[in-house]
Amino acid sequence: MSTPVLSVRDLVVEIPTRRGVLRPVNQVSYDIHAGEILGVVGESGAGKSMTGNAVIGLLDRPARIVSGEVLLGGEPVHQLKGERLRKLRGRKMGMIFQDPLTSLNPLLTVGEQLTETITEHLDVGQSEARRRAIAALDEVGIPAASQRIGSYPHEFSGGMRQRVVIALALCAEPDLVIADEPTTALDVSVQAQIVALLKRLCREKGVAVMLVTHDMGVIAEAADRVAVMYAGRLAELGPVREVITNARHPYTAGLMASTPLASRGQKRLRQIPGAMPRLDNLPAGCAFHPRCDRAEAACRQDPPPSLSACDGRAACWFPLTDKTKATA
Amino acid sequence: MSAIVKVSDLTRIFDVSKPWLNRVIERSPRALLTAVSEVSFEIEENSVYALVGESGSGKSTIGKIIVGLVPPSEGHVEVDGVDLATETDAEKIESIRSEIQMIFQDPYASLNPRWTVRDIIAEPVAVRGGKTDGLAERLLEQVGLSGADAGKYPHEFSGGQRQRICIARALAAGPRIIVCDEPTSALDVSVQSQVLNLMSDLREELGLTYLFISHDLTVVHHMADKIGVLYLGGLVEEAPRDRLFDDPKHPYTQMLFDAAPRMDAFGREVEPPKGEIPDAINPPPGCPYHPRCPIAVDRCRKERPELRRLGETRVACHLAE
Ligand SMILES: Nc1ncnc2c1ncn2[C@@H]1O[C@H](COP(=O)(O)OP(=O)(O)OP(=O)(O)O)[C@@H](O)[C@H]1O
Ligand SMILES: Nc1ncnc2c1ncn2[C@@H]1O[C@H](COP(=O)(O)OP(=O)(O)OP(=O)(O)O)[C@@H](O)[C@H]1O
Ligand code: SF4
Ligand code: SF4
Ligand SMILES: [Mg+2]
Ligand SMILES: [Mg+2]
Repeated sequence: MSTPVLSVRDLVVEIPTRRGVLRPVNQVSYDIHAGEILGVVGESGAGKSMTGNAVIGLLDRPARIVSGEVLLGGEPVHQLKGERLRKLRGRKMGMIFQDPLTSLNPLLTVGEQLTETITEHLDVGQSEARRRAIAALDEVGIPAASQRIGSYPHEFSGGMRQRVVIALALCAEPDLVIADEPTTALDVSVQAQIVALLKRLCREKGVAVMLVTHDMGVIAEAADRVAVMYAGRLAELGPVREVITNARHPYTAGLMASTPLASRGQKRLRQIPGAMPRLDNLPAGCAFHPRCDRAEAACRQDPPPSLSACDGRAACWFPLTDKTKATA
Repeated sequence: MSAIVKVSDLTRIFDVSKPWLNRVIERSPRALLTAVSEVSFEIEENSVYALVGESGSGKSTIGKIIVGLVPPSEGHVEVDGVDLATETDAEKIESIRSEIQMIFQDPYASLNPRWTVRDIIAEPVAVRGGKTDGLAERLLEQVGLSGADAGKYPHEFSGGQRQRICIARALAAGPRIIVCDEPTSALDVSVQSQVLNLMSDLREELGLTYLFISHDLTVVHHMADKIGVLYLGGLVEEAPRDRLFDDPKHPYTQMLFDAAPRMDAFGREVEPPKGEIPDAINPPPGCPYHPRCPIAVDRCRKERPELRRLGETRVACHLAE
């Protein structure tokens, strides 16, 4: 297989606090290949954004990478700093966040922002940059792009703004795009438009996409593979259909079962008891054990081995198999 | 079965004009936004009536009118046969008001961070001079928390626990009707299921009636008995749950169903819907959905469709059948 666009190896992010050192990202490993969308799901606080931010070099102090590697096209990038990191970020990596306004400068027209990004990262002149900026807006479905290029961000609706952000993330032709809850604030009709757009661009341009969302429907429709995070660790990683319909990790299974769709026709929804522990109060052993109906003594003592990038579906001592499900 | 809430021809217009001086200088006209437009529906006792629709369709405004947080510009809300706008008996109004409570989307913003959970929960009763001894503890147990939590502050709880506290507070006054405005939208799936189950249990135990506002169709399918679909402030379709999901009549309802991402639709490739919700200050003439409607005809651009009955469904579309 070709070199993955992104390889994350045993990544650990720590935050020193007065109450001790927290690990919001703990031994996380995964690959994303060209043209592939990796979905990342998990409860609020599981470490999804922190993982994305670590990859892209945007961790807010005092959070920092303490071990592990981030390889972009095989090159380590987790130690880059300052100007080199900034260059790489625009050129090789694009970002899309939940709130489009965090990525846009309110004082510049969208055309100025696009041409600036293009001329900074690609070897083209002003007029070619402008042409590409219009093409980029056109590509993401902004009507009358050659006129709208002179508009300011506040002159667009929320859905249109998110399209502009996608154009901005893609205009320097990056290899990797990190999209953190890109549709969470949008209506279903606009969300469907944005998801279709991301899928098309990913396929046509061969971009690798890390799509963070807590919407399982979006994951099912867009992602090729999905990573499930729990308390900073990868609980499960596998092909999207497999993970959703045939979960191996008890947490994933519980998560899927608790969706209203999975409980159709039942009076009560299935529920996982309790809540995800806080990072400063993690239980010993497997962090899921207080909520897990399969937990045994081993689970309370040692955390299950973490998933490596190349093998293993679930980080669990007693994963579900087709057989255990049949008898359950 | 009888209707406990009856809403008729509810309209709410907001004045969103710029300040007077700006209007004069810029020669801009007054801007009036019709957030709710001639909406009528009934909620049966001990049932769940859901309002769905995209952002800005008027869901929250209707909820706020019903609990009395926002006055309607026109139309009436009747609870138990008492018209809250025309009733003159203050005591009667007061007792009806205490029978309707509201739960909001953001369980953090709606809890005062400096109050203990005990004070938060007991407040609706305390302001009416009611007895509050042991009330918070009892309600906390009822919503699945511990009575021992009463002395804690909101920040000591997770999102799902905070929403339980909001529910406990709503229950304090002994309501019969609860308006739930996106009660689980801010919660994770696994927490959402806990809260929805709690709401179902309480409905059964206490005989509650819910107006359930949500944009999540899978949640609405699970909770609702009857569903009203709003577009730009107007009710475009209403039907019992199964009827609506099996046979949506209005093109907007059909679009909502098609566009909603589905957990069982792996790699689905669908043509996404066109366009966005128009500006509510200058809504399109005729049928408000016509600029986005794939089957619009000439008549749709001129004539606004009335809500009409088709079997168990009420629908506002010229072509629906
Ligand atoms: N400065 C900080 N100090 C202490 N803990 C922090 C700090 N910043 C983040 N955290 C913790 O790091 C963890 C990971 O947060 P992250 O934002 O990655 O979660 P997430 O999975 O993206 O959640 P969400 O779905 O809410 O966006 C959380 O538990 C959070 O509380
Ligand atoms: N106090 C207000 N002043 C001016 N306009 C308002 C006010 N409250 C609501 N609106 C407008 O009325 C319309 C309906 O708003 P409402 O909050 O009821 O929608 P909603 O369906 O609850 O939307 P959401 O899903 O975003 O919560 C919107 O266009 C909104 O901007
Ligand atoms: S390791 Fe044990 S406690 Fe953790 S998920 Fe697996 S079975 Fe449950
Ligand atoms: S009335 Fe016309 S435009 Fe409106 S929904 Fe029906 S067909 Fe479409
Ligand atoms: Mg996040
Ligand atoms: Mg609302």
